[in-house]
Amino acid sequence: MTHIEKNSPPLVENVSRRGLLKGVVASGSLIVATTYLPKRAMAAWATGAGLMPHGTVSDPHVFVAIAKDGIVTIVAHRSEMGTGSKTSLPMVVADEMGADWSRCRVVQAPGDEVKYGNQDTDGSRSLRHFVQPMRQCGAAARLMLEMAAAERWGVDVSSVEAVDHAVVHRDSGRRLGFGDLAEAAAALPTPAPDKIRLKDTNSFRYIGTGSVPIVDLFGITTGTATYGADIRLPGMKYAVIARPPVLGAKVKSFDGSAALKVPGVEKVVEVQGWDWPAKFQPVGGVAVIARNTGVAIKGRDALKITWTDSPHAVYNSDSYREMLLENARKPGKTVRNDGDIDGAMKSAAKTITAEYYIPQSSHAPMEPPVATAWVHDGMCEVWAPVQSPGGTHDDLVKTLGLSYDKVKVNVTLLGGAFGRKSKCDFVLEAALLSKTLNAPVRVQWTREDDIQHDFYHAVAVERIEAALDANNKVIGWRHRNAAPSLFSTFMPDPKMQQPLEYSMGQVDLPFAIENIRCEVCEAPAHSRIGWFRSVRNVPNTFATQSFVAELAHATGRDPKDMLLELIGAPRIVDPRKTTVDLWNYGDPFETYPIDTGRLRGVVELVAEKAGWGRDLPAGHGMGIAVQRSFLSYIATVVEVAIDDKGNISVPRVDTAVDCGFHVNPERITSQIEGAAIMGLGIAKHCEITYKNGVVQQSNFNDYQVVRIDEAPRVTNVYIVPAGWDTPSSGVGEPGTPPFAPALCNAIFAATGKRIRNLPIGDQLAI
Amino acid sequence: MITLSVNGQQHSYDGDPSLPLLWFLRDEAGLPGTKYGCGEALCGACTVHLNGEAVRSCAVQIADAAGKKVVTIEGLDPHGNHPVQRAWRAVNVPQCGFCQAGQIMQAAALLATTPNPTDAQIHTAMAGNICRCGCYQRIESAVRTAATGV
Repeated sequence: MTHIEKNSPPLVENVSRRGLLKGVVASGSLIVATTYLPKRAMAAWATGAGLMPHGTVSDPHVFVAIAKDGIVTIVAHRSEMGTGSKTSLPMVVADEMGADWSRCRVVQAPGDEVKYGNQDTDGSRSLRHFVQPMRQCGAAARLMLEMAAAERWGVDVSSVEAVDHAVVHRDSGRRLGFGDLAEAAAALPTPAPDKIRLKDTNSFRYIGTGSVPIVDLFGITTGTATYGADIRLPGMKYAVIARPPVLGAKVKSFDGSAALKVPGVEKVVEVQGWDWPAKFQPVGGVAVIARNTGVAIKGRDALKITWTDSPHAVYNSDSYREMLLENARKPGKTVRNDGDIDGAMKSAAKTITAEYYIPQSSHAPMEPPVATAWVHDGMCEVWAPVQSPGGTHDDLVKTLGLSYDKVKVNVTLLGGAFGRKSKCDFVLEAALLSKTLNAPVRVQWTREDDIQHDFYHAVAVERIEAALDANNKVIGWRHRNAAPSLFSTFMPDPKMQQPLEYSMGQVDLPFAIENIRCEVCEAPAHSRIGWFRSVRNVPNTFATQSFVAELAHATGRDPKDMLLELIGAPRIVDPRKTTVDLWNYGDPFETYPIDTGRLRGVVELVAEKAGWGRDLPAGHGMGIAVQRSFLSYIATVVEVAIDDKGNISVPRVDTAVDCGFHVNPERITSQIEGAAIMGLGIAKHCEITYKNGVVQQSNFNDYQVVRIDEAPRVTNVYIVPAGWDTPSSGVGEPGTPPFAPALCNAIFAATGKRIRNLPIGDQLAI
Repeated sequence: MITLSVNGQQHSYDGDPSLPLLWFLRDEAGLPGTKYGCGEALCGACTVHLNGEAVRSCAVQIADAAGKKVVTIEGLDPHGNHPVQRAWRAVNVPQCGFCQAGQIMQAAALLATTPNPTDAQIHTAMAGNICRCGCYQRIESAVRTAATGV
């Protein structure tokens, strides 16, 4: 904890804090050990947070500063892209320390994982990995304030308590505000973990109430919140870049003379590109520098560039799809093998097979990639909307050849991200240009740049075969997929899905089926592959949950009953012994097993709340789907209405969420509402296609997303209550996967037409 | 030299008259509340009021704004308390928030001419404004809240 004179900027260094920080870094024990402490000490459950770069930090000297006027400043070290974690995690600190939220301020940390712990805001990990460290942080701050008060009064610390922004002596009723105690408390060392006591969960003032609006609400509604594109530095140059239309191509030659004639264009310069695969390094191209972004765009239109050939010019979506289908019809590499699938198929009374296609798609956050950089005097400072400020810092250090302390990454608000802004290529571009131009530079991606140079959600073919016995019991399940791997971004293309990918909805199948085989089939990458909200759960869940409804139809059963029958009795499903490297979202299986009791629970809850089986108007249908992803259990019922022209509308969505102990139910609800809309977009519209290696879409005219007039009319969200003994799990991503299969199951119920190929597009048009 | 009024202040631009108004506002006038989302009048993130009417500032050349009154999100209300802004806060509309300035400007223009819009009128008026986070139900609810003052 830091004390600050007046309400000055809270991150100012002072001697005491610097001294304390040194101690923390030197010992190391306070930084990472907390997540591995046994239950009796601080951590209620073990997580994989310590395995992430730089683990977790829970030291109030790092996260909390109190001014003499009592204003408490709390550092948000995770990036804010719309999930609300910039509010929720500091709120946990405030609640635990007994602060009054109206007297708390939140500041965004720059990228510095050595100081703050892991900042990679991805994988639905912020609350999951940091609710415990932030409670510990708040509790430690509370104890320090209590110790300072007890010292002042000469009483035992056990006789005082922090309540409502003050410390009170129980016997005498004496009271000292946090501001009065700031200096003395900040001078104390961080208490040892075994001295810290967490609050009773019944005494939370904010956690679990959903009563705290996001900290940027006023700024957002008045246009004063700062996003990546809103940074303006003295002498700053505005740049846009023409990038190679085909992955792997480079600038062969260019003629910038016409661009330089556009009034306001100042320079045309080449931007360094890296050979593929290159992780997040830029693809290179030609930059136009101008007095403002609009002029730069006009200048870029006048560039004449010849690009080198690329082997990826062979990429055509139509023929690629045929290849994926062909590959998925042949045995692939077995990655899960339970029992004897071949025997089951042979002995089956009936087999059922379905093939599903899920296209490549683009994140298209409303704020396209953008970054401002200033490289000068051997230093680099950037301002950018990045999901991974620490990773961005590291990549800048490597790319520019600077030492760690010569780089600073300032994190703005992210205007949406969905996985795109985990990749800092746009920041590296700005830094390289700033170095070249010896001036501050803001690089703005146009929407066309964003849609044509994304790290895409990969295309997939999913083929599932089931073996049924004479009683229509499912005795065998073979699931093959063919989809290019995101690891092709980091290493020589493995040409098939890897453990991290196939563990999201394929091999983690929670069904009570004796014979299961999962295979991955060949699929070379021809574009930059990234991860998009809920990643491989989207295609895998679309396939598995559509297929359950297909099995129900084929055997004359209700889809919800079929789903529950396949899930089977409440138990722990442990596919680790039969799977090649099951990935459990980076967290211990013991903390987060595959619990079919909880899976059944959300199916039963959502079915009840949605009125599963109720009478529906003509042209309406209901569909259900469930998925455990990012360690949460989420089931969705979609009610669809199809008019006489085949137009789809969604009168109602019901979703049940079991995400363990949770902090901000209001933001969970908003995430699920948004996930339904994103899921609807994936189902209805989103598709990126290629011709000769070039993306065929360019903007929101041909890359359609959901608009207000087609959004679900009502989305009801039911959050399963959970105490501190149920580990927190993800929320940002897992709402998305069940939507598309629930929708398509509803369409089948309404029309008898089975959608196996996304997007739905005009497949239902009459 | 092109002169125009932005949020009641006179501004001038000495460059290319075909420059989209959006880039003048953001990069020249220092009013970054108006957002770039598509550049083709497809997403509504850049919505401002031009003589009281909602327009996409990415599709308006600065020359066409000459002598006219532009209002951006920064100028909608001196204290940020326009009924639409208040309603947006009451309903906790935003997630990432990036599109919301455009949404608010569009909604404010709708309510200025249609004080009690039907659901269909709200959909028609707001369908040009994309929210990728998916806040649409709350946007609709907030427009209704702003209309009824509840």
